[in-house]
Amino acid sequence: MEELKENLKTAIIEALNLEDVNVADINDNEPLFGDGLGLDSIDALELIVLLEKNYGVKIENPEDGREVFQSINTIAAYIEKNKK
Amino acid sequence: MKLQIQAHSIITPASAQANGELVLSNDRKHPFNLFGKELYRYLSIQYPKFFKMDELCQLAFLGTELLTTHIENWNGDKVAIVLGNRSASLSSDKRHYQSIADRDNYFPSPAVFVYTLPNIMLGEMCIRYKITGENTCFMMDRMDAVFLYTYVRQLFEEEQYHYCITGFVNYSDDAYVGELYLVSSQKNTNAPLSRGFDKNFNQIIF
Repeated sequence: MEELKENLKTAIIEALNLEDVNVADINDNEPLFGDGLGLDSIDALELIVLLEKNYGVKIENPEDGREVFQSINTIAAYIEKNKK
Repeated sequence: MKLQIQAHSIITPASAQANGELVLSNDRKHPFNLFGKELYRYLSIQYPKFFKMDELCQLAFLGTELLTTHIENWNGDKVAIVLGNRSASLSSDKRHYQSIADRDNYFPSPAVFVYTLPNIMLGEMCIRYKITGENTCFMMDRMDAVFLYTYVRQLFEEEQYHYCITGFVNYSDDAYVGELYLVSSQKNTNAPLSRGFDKNFNQIIF
């Protein structure tokens, strides 16, 4: 799980062009949207693509993204639960 | 109505200049994605969204940063943007196409797709500077100063704008230029430039 989280952070930084952010800057429980990393709605769509492309995990209903994308922990848990 | 150019910026593969003075030289001949970041950091800008923009938007963003340092009484309601552009968002269009060309590896990027319109460049400028005046981008082969002058002048005469950002911002995979002018109907004692705005406004010799 720890390795998955590290890989996830690296992939997010690259996919979302978080130029001034390092893996160590992202706390596993930190909110990704709003006060946390300050991601926006386009980033949310990009995260949906990233999960499918890198982990083969689909989010069929974008509404579910709100819950899944709360933090690195929630994304990692969703990947673990849904990967094939 | 007397219109004045109050500031000017130009970014090319060779350098970034503001009001005839060198701001940053691209001596190492970096491609724009590196030179643009170098200029962003040199200007000490704090705007993380910059890194998400495509090159066309970054070019316009940086050019506007260089242009607006000395502005007094900035009110976005009173500012318009009238630009020219040749290649539209072709570079991002191609990037998007590449992401959808392979049906077996079909992962279109929303962050790329969102930039497949040159008007997004205007939007990014408006968001940064809270500009709510008219903004438009015309397609033209190269900077058509007569057209831009005529349009901008009419805009000032019909609307109560204080400022208009005009010029030519073009990015393609092998060349780029961002040449912007800040035109004003207002007196500004801090303006670094003050010269008449006419049909030859782009022929500035410093």
